[in-house]
Amino acid sequence: MPVGLNHYLVLSAILFSIGLYGALSKRNAVVILMSIEIMLNAVNIAMVAFSRFIVPALLTGQVFAIFIMVVAAAEVTIGLAIIIAVYRGRETIDVTNINLMKW
Amino acid sequence: MAPELIWLIFFLPLASFVVISFVFKPFLKDKPRISGYSTIAAISGSLVLSVLVLLSVIAAPEHELLMPDINWVIVDGVVIHLGLMVDSLTAVMLLVITVVSLMVQVYSQGYMHGDPGYHRYFAWMSLFTASMLGLVLADNLILTFVFWELVGLCSYLLIGFWFHRKSAADAAKKAFIVTRLGDFGFLVAILALYASTGTFDIAELHRLAITGALAGTTLAWAAIGIFAGAAGKSAQFPLHVWLPDAMEGPTPVSALIHAATMVAAGVFLVARMFPLFENSPEALTTVAVVGGVTAIFAASMGLVMNDIKRVIAYSTISQLGYMMLGLGTGGVAIGIFHLFNHAFFKALLFLGAGSVNHATGTFDMRQMGGLRRAMPWTYATFVIGALSLAGIWPLSGFWSKDEILASSLAAQPALFYLALATVLMTAFYIFRAAFMTFGGEYRGGNGQPHATHPHESSPVMVAPMVVLSVLAVVSGMANVTGGFARLLGHGEGHGFIEGFFGILAHPLPWLSLALAGLGIFLAYAIYGAKWLSAERIGRMFSPLYTMLYQKYWLDELYENVIVRKILLKGIFAGLERLDNKGVDGVVNGVASGTIAAGRGIRRAQTGQLQLYGLVIGIGILAIVLSLYLAR
Repeated sequence: MPVGLNHYLVLSAILFSIGLYGALSKRNAVVILMSIEIMLNAVNIAMVAFSRFIVPALLTGQVFAIFIMVVAAAEVTIGLAIIIAVYRGRETIDVTNINLMKW
Repeated sequence: MAPELIWLIFFLPLASFVVISFVFKPFLKDKPRISGYSTIAAISGSLVLSVLVLLSVIAAPEHELLMPDINWVIVDGVVIHLGLMVDSLTAVMLLVITVVSLMVQVYSQGYMHGDPGYHRYFAWMSLFTASMLGLVLADNLILTFVFWELVGLCSYLLIGFWFHRKSAADAAKKAFIVTRLGDFGFLVAILALYASTGTFDIAELHRLAITGALAGTTLAWAAIGIFAGAAGKSAQFPLHVWLPDAMEGPTPVSALIHAATMVAAGVFLVARMFPLFENSPEALTTVAVVGGVTAIFAASMGLVMNDIKRVIAYSTISQLGYMMLGLGTGGVAIGIFHLFNHAFFKALLFLGAGSVNHATGTFDMRQMGGLRRAMPWTYATFVIGALSLAGIWPLSGFWSKDEILASSLAAQPALFYLALATVLMTAFYIFRAAFMTFGGEYRGGNGQPHATHPHESSPVMVAPMVVLSVLAVVSGMANVTGGFARLLGHGEGHGFIEGFFGILAHPLPWLSLALAGLGIFLAYAIYGAKWLSAERIGRMFSPLYTMLYQKYWLDELYENVIVRKILLKGIFAGLERLDNKGVDGVVNGVASGTIAAGRGIRRAQTGQLQLYGLVIGIGILAIVLSLYLAR
């Protein structure tokens, strides 16, 4: 059975759902960050798959995927830095306890 | 005559105002005289131009100069012109205003000498003169109204010239507010006229009224509205209460604004819009009745006042009533003729009162007396003014008063008797003032050292009084040949000698002369020779005396009943409650409602990041689903 577009999209959807679940349900901020990375990579897979199967002559999807990776790397850097700063201040990275920004 | 030159009549005093306010007052503070000189120079220029205007109007066909219009305001098809209307009425008014104003400015040099507000005084006098000249030159109602309010403003400023005195500040406010009541009617009338005719142009309105295109109730109400404005400005009953209080201003101001010009503006306005009144019998009757009633009503209060300026102020109200009566029964020429004569002799009387005040430091006639020896010039000119006011042949007041009496006899006999009774009162109160001030022995003035030996005022004050007294004698001659009436309308002409003596062939002048003579005799009997005691007569008619002295309690009625009880405690208190409870309630309700809603809704802001993520996720899902289903 040849691997087609649908297979990639299903994989992408599964990864995205795992990431979304992780991001919404985990308490540990680092894990949430990792989950977000998973969601971004799911998007990358979908992008590259679309590019490969629909407009193979253009590399638009791949270019986009590289941009997303760069952005993701930057985001992780800042995210981890924030988490470390929060940990230094509050001795925890449990997001349910980080709730200063409420009424 | 070139329109530019006529505009200059208005712009010269205005320029003087601007220069005094923005150059002399800030930069030449220690040289106050220069303000007086610039005002006098500007008004002299206007006077020369006004004489030229009068001559060219007399020479012009139909006694009217045609002037080009400038478009002033154009909004959505509403065009307001900026233009001049120069006819015989304008020319006469220009002459009256510039002559009296010039005399008053010269006099003010002496009267206001050393006053710290010297610059301010002349700045406002210039502005007033400019506005008054603009008022008589305006060719449409909007422009007229603008100048109408400007003269009202100047009147306010000059009545309250010594604003540090509470009485002066109150009088200024009273004058402004009471005249505003009348101005409301005027404004409504302007708008009503515009709504029904689509024009503000006075000449056009004249044409519409004459052809009958403007008629019926609209015309009557518009004319009565205009008359309401005129009644406020000219202090006609029941809006007369401000004028006696306006005497708080400097005396030259009273002479110029509250005797000769601004208060006559109401008479001028009625004359200016006369075709509207002429074609509305109701309005014309209103003018005549209000005028006649005011004439006797004000004269009766003048009988008992002890303040010389107030006597003259009530006399002014009464004479303005005469003018209205003349307009209402006889037409423009008769009313304006009295205005013309009255301006000179009444300004003269006020200047005389100012001169007396200068010497004695008081306006209370009970503290004067015997000044005929100390102040011969003031005495002589005052008596000439008084004789003219009383209507003694052949002084100016006689000629116009006689015409008014004749026209009211022909049109409204009831009003004629009121006017006739007023003749007696007029002669009595003005000679009462003359005898109390100049007759008998000196009673010490205000008690200050400089008042113990009163002396004649300086020549700069006496000269204008002499000029005005000459005018008070001769101005009536303008219509001896019927020339004045022909200029302003119609009338048959006759020779000068024939007119001068011929009038004595009729019975009516003899009747009014006899009454005036009786008034003077009574005044002499009581206050001159003291055959009769004023106090005893006062006691004999005690209730009447009290009523007159209390001015029919109208001030109390207005202030205590209408203003304090009805307006302040009734309407305004109700409105205040409505404001506090109603309007503020709505505003506060909106605020507290918003706060309560915010307090509830902010619970959603839990600070739990993942909850937000969940809500966003559900939201996206909902959008996607709805788009999918809607497809």
